[in-house]
Amino acid sequence: MTNLETFRTETRAWLEANCPKEMRSSSNSEQDFCWGGRKWVFTCPAQKQWLEVMAAKGWTVPDWPVAYGGGGLSSEETKILKQEMFKLGCRSPLNSFGIWMLGPALLKFGTEEQKKHYLPQIARGEIRWCQGYSEPGAGSDLVSLQTFGADMGDHWLVNGQKVWTSYADQADWIFCLVRTDKNDKYRGISFLLFDMETKGVTTKPIKLISGSSPFCETFFDDVKVPKHQIVGELNRGWDVAKYLLGHEREMISGGGLGDGLASLGAAHEGVLAQEPILRAQMAMFDIESMTFRAHSEKFLDEWKSGKAHPAYSNLMKYIGTELNKKRHELIMAVGGSDALEWESEASNQGSKPRSWLRTKANSIEGGTSEVMLNVVAKRILEMPGA
Amino acid sequence: MGIGHTQEQNMLKDMVAPFLAENAPVKHMRNLRDADDKIGFSRGLWKQFAELGLTGILIPETEGGLGLGHVEAGIVLEQIGRNLTPSPFLATAVAGAQALKNASAEMRGNWYPKIVSGDAIIGLAIDESSKHRPQAVELIAERMGNGFRLNGSKQFVLHGHIADLLLVSARTSGATDEEAGISLFAIARDTKGIEVQTDRLVDSQISARISFENVELNGDAVIGDIDGGWSPLQRLLNAGRIGAAAEMIGVGGGAMDITFEYLKTRKQFDHFIGEFQALQHRAAHLYGEMEGARAIVLKAQHLLDDDDSRAELFVAAAKAKAGLAANLAVREGVQMHGGVGMTDEFDIGLYMKRDRALAEFFGDINFQANRVALLNGY
Repeated sequence: MTNLETFRTETRAWLEANCPKEMRSSSNSEQDFCWGGRKWVFTCPAQKQWLEVMAAKGWTVPDWPVAYGGGGLSSEETKILKQEMFKLGCRSPLNSFGIWMLGPALLKFGTEEQKKHYLPQIARGEIRWCQGYSEPGAGSDLVSLQTFGADMGDHWLVNGQKVWTSYADQADWIFCLVRTDKNDKYRGISFLLFDMETKGVTTKPIKLISGSSPFCETFFDDVKVPKHQIVGELNRGWDVAKYLLGHEREMISGGGLGDGLASLGAAHEGVLAQEPILRAQMAMFDIESMTFRAHSEKFLDEWKSGKAHPAYSNLMKYIGTELNKKRHELIMAVGGSDALEWESEASNQGSKPRSWLRTKANSIEGGTSEVMLNVVAKRILEMPGA
Repeated sequence: MGIGHTQEQNMLKDMVAPFLAENAPVKHMRNLRDADDKIGFSRGLWKQFAELGLTGILIPETEGGLGLGHVEAGIVLEQIGRNLTPSPFLATAVAGAQALKNASAEMRGNWYPKIVSGDAIIGLAIDESSKHRPQAVELIAERMGNGFRLNGSKQFVLHGHIADLLLVSARTSGATDEEAGISLFAIARDTKGIEVQTDRLVDSQISARISFENVELNGDAVIGDIDGGWSPLQRLLNAGRIGAAAEMIGVGGGAMDITFEYLKTRKQFDHFIGEFQALQHRAAHLYGEMEGARAIVLKAQHLLDDDDSRAELFVAAAKAKAGLAANLAVREGVQMHGGVGMTDEFDIGLYMKRDRALAEFFGDINFQANRVALLNGY
């Protein structure tokens, strides 16, 4: 047996022994995921247990170095772990912007002290992070952000406003883009980390068309941020932000995968037998969905081996989010009038229409589809012009 | 194992791509067309394919071939598509050679060496109507003692007029639309009772309508089991479908590349037209469609080579997706070229014609999408 085969056998045995039964069913809503942090209330003892055993093994972040709370696995081993978790139906033990976004940026740009301090907290789900990027006047044109950090010697004094801050009201810390030089648009931004309990930070949830409030407006009023809480060099936060956005786009593009490998049409055989045009649309969707899975598999292989174009995640973000929107349009179409129910026991409190509306943000957040296409045209296709 | 190409596969591409670009670029196809060539491809070029071993790409090494798989065949087909090279490669070396894997040792011993040497061309006589419905077989093969007598007709048989061997689906029992009761026959084209009428297609390829009138065959002309021809026929069709999909990746990719080049060189309003966002967004979208199509074609090739149970589903989806993406590439290509896209002088229109023909081979997008639905249980 090769080392990888041994690893697979051992991993499967360990997962079978350690993953609680309650954590092996597919998740129905965002509440089923564990997000961790100081304010987190575990939905059941199994959720807590699952997080703790996985964190102890470093498998909440299997490919991070052991020294920073990771599992130290190779990319091949990480893939095997994910495959075995998928086969057993194991849920992800921890969902986290710290894992998906800040962690990779700290691994690349952080000082050794920052890595040792922040990364293990992320790996164990102790600190929940939010992202302070967009502002009322800086959406797609993010580099126009105005939130300003005045240099006060040993600290910055931050004033301004962020918007679309995901789960800011539930997060413990924020990674935040702050202008530290008003004279240079790109090279005047710094990447700061600070505690959301710092004096002067307030948040206000934004109610969306889906009825839920995953995003907040976040206000900074004379917030003191110590100088050592900067990632990367002063005024070079844009480099960190760009790197991190690549990871965010990679993550959001995964949304098009829906719940794994199943055919969307297969779940609605009865309705489709009576609806030939809808059946045809469903078949065309299944083709797109299979295509995206094959495309993602190929992209991830190339990404990990360094062969992918650095801007390629923008393309995957565009395709994945548009696909996910199409998926939810079809779920609504096949659901008919039942899928219109907003408040009722039978419809799980309107999970279908709420999810459908939520997906409309997929192609806006993390860079709009239009911006993604601009980036692909300019950086990958090398089309002329500014 | 990833689904990207291995080093050996990249070497194959590095050999085939310059070989075809040099010996059979689009100009080669134009020359044959303008000379009103009656064969439909260059026999000299096909001999060169044989010298490189490509004619035997899917044939086992023990039987004189290269013993490679659908991933490798796809590498060759993509380059054929990119250069619009008229070639019997798909029908003979891919779909035909694959179907013969189910044939008797004697039949293989008879035909494989001729295929490998470039001396035998195969015509696939499957379709009986203008849309691909492989189970709808009305051509009758009646039992005659130890042999059979065939009556009926086939159409859309590429290279049928010069083929040495015809692979023919015929009904030996059952009703018209049943999969059971179909048998697959290998028939020399010069057998008595076979009449061939040729048609030149929109993409300048030559196709044949073939009638069979009291064609008498021995019992050993059957590939696989009598009444059980659906299985070798599926093998043939899956090879043909994924092969046509790979060729469309080449056609779509070639059309996309010349179009992008045009966007970067054509000026209007004092700007390269590629500077305009209206075109940039469409170009980026097209690129994404082609990339996705390329990925699922690769995925399906791997599954077919691994004899994976999902292969059939992925082959159907891959043929459909390659068709969608290549069709977008040629339509956007002509539109973005503007007026010159409508001229015979520019190549983009030739890509559109080739794509239209490939779309119909072995079942179009709608046929494949219906298969995806059926295989997914709805």
